[in-house]
Formats: sequence, structure tokens, C-alpha cells
Amino acid sequence: MKKALKVIALVLALAMVVAFAACGGDSGNDATEADNTAATAADETKAGDDTAADLSDMKVGFIFLHDENSTYDLNFINAAKAAAAELGLSDDQIILKTGIDESQDCFTTAEDLVDQGCNIIFADSFGHEEYMIQAAEKYPEVQFCHATGVRAHTEGLANYHNAFASIYEGRYLAGIAAGMKLNEMIENGDFTAEEAKIGYVGAMTYAEVKSGYTSFFLGARSVCETATMEVTFTGSWYDPDAEQAAAEKLIANGCKLISQHADSMGAPGACEKAGVPNVSYNGSTIDQCPNTFIVSSRIDWTPYFVFAIKAAAAGEEIPADWTGTLATGSVKLTDINTAAAAEGTEEAIAQATADLEAGTVHVFDTAKFTVDGAAKDSYQADVDFDEAYQGDTEVIADGYFHESEYRSAPYFDLDIDGITLLDGND
Amino acid sequence: MALLNKIPKENSAAEGQKRVKEPLFHIVKRDAPVWYKAWLIRAAAIVLALLLCAVVTVLLARNVNPLDVFKAMISGNFGTVRRIWVMLQSLSILLCVSLALTPAFKMRFWNIGGEGQILIGGLATAACMKLLGAKMPPVLLIFVMLAASIAAGAIWALIPAVFKAQWNTNETLFTLMMNYVAIQIVSYFTMVWEAHKGSANIGIINSKTHYGWLPQIGNEYLLSIIVVLALTVAMYIYLRYSKHGYEISVVGESQNTARYIGINVKKVIIRTMILSGALCGIAGFLLVGSIDHTITPTSSNNRGFTAIMVSWLAKFNPLMMLLTSFLIVFLECGAKEITTKFSLDKSFSDILTGIILFFIIGCEFFINYQIKFRHSQKEVA
Repeated sequence: MKKALKVIALVLALAMVVAFAACGGDSGNDATEADNTAATAADETKAGDDTAADLSDMKVGFIFLHDENSTYDLNFINAAKAAAAELGLSDDQIILKTGIDESQDCFTTAEDLVDQGCNIIFADSFGHEEYMIQAAEKYPEVQFCHATGVRAHTEGLANYHNAFASIYEGRYLAGIAAGMKLNEMIENGDFTAEEAKIGYVGAMTYAEVKSGYTSFFLGARSVCETATMEVTFTGSWYDPDAEQAAAEKLIANGCKLISQHADSMGAPGACEKAGVPNVSYNGSTIDQCPNTFIVSSRIDWTPYFVFAIKAAAAGEEIPADWTGTLATGSVKLTDINTAAAAEGTEEAIAQATADLEAGTVHVFDTAKFTVDGAAKDSYQADVDFDEAYQGDTEVIADGYFHESEYRSAPYFDLDIDGITLLDGND
Repeated sequence: MALLNKIPKENSAAEGQKRVKEPLFHIVKRDAPVWYKAWLIRAAAIVLALLLCAVVTVLLARNVNPLDVFKAMISGNFGTVRRIWVMLQSLSILLCVSLALTPAFKMRFWNIGGEGQILIGGLATAACMKLLGAKMPPVLLIFVMLAASIAAGAIWALIPAVFKAQWNTNETLFTLMMNYVAIQIVSYFTMVWEAHKGSANIGIINSKTHYGWLPQIGNEYLLSIIVVLALTVAMYIYLRYSKHGYEISVVGESQNTARYIGINVKKVIIRTMILSGALCGIAGFLLVGSIDHTITPTSSNNRGFTAIMVSWLAKFNPLMMLLTSFLIVFLECGAKEITTKFSLDKSFSDILTGIILFFIIGCEFFINYQIKFRHSQKEVA
């Protein structure tokens, strides 16, 4: 009896699988049919609109590492929606895939997006790069655009592209807001000029993070000369608990102002709780931190998405590296929180923005920082990807470090004087 | 047991008169129910679960039609040929881990360390690919990788097993802690072998040369499916028809009985855990060598824990695990599609998955027990 039971169970299980497979196949066909009708409907509605007509064949896929709970991914998701709205793409023309790991999952997801008819696919996380390259090799007719990646300019694939923005300029401007706040607190007698120490929660000891905190620090020091900074790393891009603990540690160490390059609300939340001013990243945290949020720099990816989707639709080449700037509207600062920011912050930032855009001020001006007590007049940065991590490109010329010019992703990885790494592993 | 069920009926007349002290309801153990009854209860549970899911969908996501949600769930698994393959592939790995844990569970050795055993097996594979890649013929390399991952997984399980057999330490805590040790070791090596300075990410190993990549049979999905199917049959035979399998059952039922009939309990514990760990090692081997071609501290993706549920739901029967692992993977793949299709937070599909699992696990209670209400007996009277 028992044996019979098991046999029947097995047969049932198999029958179920077959039945599911059968109806699955059907529903797949239905879906494609539905998609087709949707596409024709879209064609008809847009027939009168000449500018949007050539986008009607476009289907855009997005791959995000986390979902809206990560400030980093939220920034991308918002940009994807904004780009779709700007281009007049219908809901059927964009597919957002959230929570895609930096693993084979990314490749499988890219393939799934290709199956669904996407002709351009974006991915938002650094670790997605190899899987995007793998997919680009397999599907040469689809455009693959990877934000923050470093290998497009050496990989030689016509349909694989990297993008980033000169966010170091945004960090520098946010740093000015931090420096102004420190000055205000010194004037108020909260602490002495020598005690003006900034704390910074970094994710990894990776160049993008180093470039970020160094430009932030240089911005702060451009208005508050005595500023110093301590940096601690969490070893993860998104770890709310670790980021909160890191911020608490820095505050206990005597840091008067905190900023971060990590993607959760951990550090801003800890600042709000301790009443310590915070300069944020990826977007405004004013709702959660009304008393301590000063300003946030962020990359607005909308201009790149719009540019790349238009180029793909027109069959035009998308450059291997695309670097957004203040001018393209890619580097942005959020509104300043007047409840926390020092007086005159807005004006100081406006002035510095004008100077940066005019080219009269450079963030990584070699006269403004030293490494091991000496000024740098030459540096070979590791711009091209290889296993050796050796410098391969001279990046200092005309008195400043040329960041994000030889490829879009940052490569500034010098440890400058005035910044103490609490637990860096190099 | 049969007696227990019959008594109330026979005495119902008498009981009707002195029902004063009786509680509102009481729970009675059932006989092993007829197979179709058990499956009716299970089907009812699934229908109820789907109904509750629909209600929750209507309440939480106002613009979403519950029927569309179920459609998306099916399309996430069967929508395209590739989705079917991907689903079967992830099913195979989860099944492999479930098979690994089963002999230990059957022995009442709570191996919560699947996660660590997979990771350490995967790490051994990754190390061979990384360090020996160019140094030996491809076929030999694959055998070295297999041997290394089996050994690594087995050692990871052997350590707590020896402590349990020798000093009767708590294996639940021990295997659990071994997970964290494995995760930290893998984290360390992701830094040692990182592809970009400071990124703590190994990237695809031997992406250009494909050294140590397991061969593709037909397509990139089939190999692990075939391997695990073979393992499933082997494990079924091993547990059911071999002397080892019998010893495992006896040790699980009662260690004293086992000792009394001359089974060397220590030996059985250690041998079974080596088998358990070795199979987890194979899961790691397939994961790294055939599917991911890289390793991260989260490569095992909680399968070491999910597999516990698969194994229990199937009552430790490897063939039934085909069905229970399909159920779990079906829910997972479906959840992903729901999240994408309706732009809902992942938590929403987690809620639906939770509801369905709750009913399915809960219904096992009603298969084994029945509830008798007071008034129902009054009617009889």
C-alpha cells in the first residue's frame, strides 16, 4: 500500500509538472501576442507625434542591484522612470528588474530581458559588469550600458558601454557646505578650529569611494582650512547596521560632521539620533533627518538614459565611455536644508559651481593637497583593466589630476594628507 | 490509534448525556489517512492559501488583479523556454542540498550547516580553477575540483560530527557556527582574489580561457539537472535499500536500540555526516564550476536553510523532494516575476510566499490530527 501511494504521488507530481509546462507554454504565447498588440496600439497612438515615432520599437530593460530601499538604487530607479517619461515610453516599453545579484543572476536576467524583446539594457552596479560583458558578447544586436563600470574602453565590444559622471565635482560642492557648517560651529564656540574633524563612512577601499571622500574633503578644506577627516569602511555597499555602527563610532571619536558613501539610511539615521550634521549622498534624506541633513550630492542618470536610448533607437553609436558633468545635468545637488546648513552656503556653492564650470578651479588641484608631505606632479593611475592593478596612464597634467577623463569611472586612489583611514586594508 | 477514533462514536449516546465537562474542541490523532484524503487536505490548503493571497493582494495592492498575480507567478516559471530551464537549474541545486541534509536529519542529527558546507565546497572548486587552471589538462582539473569540493564539504561536516560522537556537543549550534566561519573565509578570499582593487569581488573566474568550467551538455542548464537527478535516485536507494540506510533509521529512532542491536552509533554518525557534507560540497562544485563561475559569501543563497524545509516537507523521501523543491523554487521564481511585473516591493511577494508555505506546512497538522468539536458530537447524539 505504501509503495502504491508513493508511485501515485510521483505520477501526480509528474502530471502536475507536465500540466504546468503545457499551460505555461500557452501563457507565454499569450504574453507575446499581448505584447504585440500593445506595441501596435502604441504605434497608433504615437503616429501623430513625429519626435516619438522612432522610439516605438524600443524596449528598455533595467537591472538594479537592490530595490527602492537602497538610496543608490532608488536614485537609478527614479532616473529610469524620469527618462521613460521624458521620452514618452509606455509602461510596456520599460522593464525594471530589482534585486539582481552581482552573479550569474545578472547574466540570466539580461538574457530574460533580451527574450522579452529589449533592445537596450542598463545595469547599475559595479559587480554587474562582467555579466553584462558576457551578455553583450552573446547578443551583439542588443546595446548593453553599464553604469560605474571600467572595462568598455578596453573590451572592444561595439555594443558594450560604460557611463559615470564627474561626481567628484558634486562631492566637492557638498564638501563646501560641510566646511561652512564646521566654520559656523567653530564661531559658535562649539569646538575649536583644531577640533574640526569630519567623519566619513565608506563602503569599500575602492577608487570610486576614495575619489568621493577626497573630493568631499578638499571641498570642505577649501572653506575650513583646519579641517581633518577620519574614514572608516564597512566592507559592503549596503549594510544598514554596519553603516549605523560606523557613524556612531566616528561620532564617539569626536567627529563633528558625518558624510558617507554607502547606500543605506544607516549613517544619516545615526546622525539624526545623535544630533550631528550630515552631508548625504544619492539623494535628500530630509524627511528622515529634518534636523541634521544639510545637502546631498547625487548623480542624475536621466540625461544618460535619455541619450543612450535615443542613440540606440537612431542606430547611432554610443561611446564606450560617457561622463556626465555639471553641464549635462548629471551632477546635482539637492535643495539645501536651511534648518541645518550654515548661512551663506547656497551662495558659496553657486560661486564654486561657476568656478568649476569655467575651469578656473579644479577639484584635484595639485597645489591643494599633498601625499606623504610632498606635492604630486606625476601619477600613473590604473585606468585600463588588467590583473596586475598597475598604473598605466599619466593623469596629472596642467597642475591638476584629470579625474574621469581617460575613462568615465573614477580612478583617483591617492591617500592624501589630512585624511586618516581607520581600517583600510591597504 | 484506531481505537481512539472509534471510541467516541460507539459511546456517543452515553457521552451525549454527560457532556458537561467536555471542552469546546479537542484534537485527536488520525490514523495514517488514506492517500486521497491526505491529498484532498493538501489541495484544500493550497486553495485556501491562494484565496487568502488574493484577499491580501486586493487589500495591499489596490490596482492589481489577484488573477494577474497568479498568472505572473506561472509566467515567471514557465513564461519562456529559458525560464523553464533556469527554474529547473535552481531546482536541481536546491534539491542537491536537500538530499545532502536528509540522511543527517533522518538520523536526528540537525545539520544546520548546509550553507557553510556548500560555500566551502564552492571555495575549494574556485581555488582549483584559480590556482590550477592552466597547470593541468581540463579533464583532470575537473576531477581535482570535484575531489577538492567533496573533501572540503565533508571536512566541514566531519568536525561537528566528531565532536558530537565523541563528546556529545550540540550539533545544531556547532553546524550553525561553522556557517559563519565558512562565510568569513570566503569573504577573505574574495579580497585576496578580487578582480578590481578594493572591490572585494572575484568576478568570473577564467572568463576568457574557461579553465575548469564544467562541460555543457546540450545547453548550460542541463548538466546539473542530470547530475542531481542521478543523485536523487541513488539517495533513494541508499536510504531505503542499503544497510547504511537502515542503520541511519535505527540511530534516528533510538540510539539505545541501535547500540543494543550492535550498531556502532559513533561510526554511523560520522559516516553519515561525511556523506551529508560531501553532497553539499558537490552542490558547491556545481554552483561554482557549472553555473556561477565565481564565488561570493552569498553564493549559497540560503539554500542550506531552505533545503531543511524541502527535506522536512517531503518527510525525508528523496523522490518526494522533487515535488517539494519544485514548490519552493516555483514560489521563488514566481515572486521575482511578480515584483517586476507590478513594480511592487519584494516584500509583497515574500508575503504571498509566506502565506502559501504557512498553509502547506500547516496542513500537515490536519493530515496527522483531526479536530473534534463539542457540538458535532451533540449532533451525533
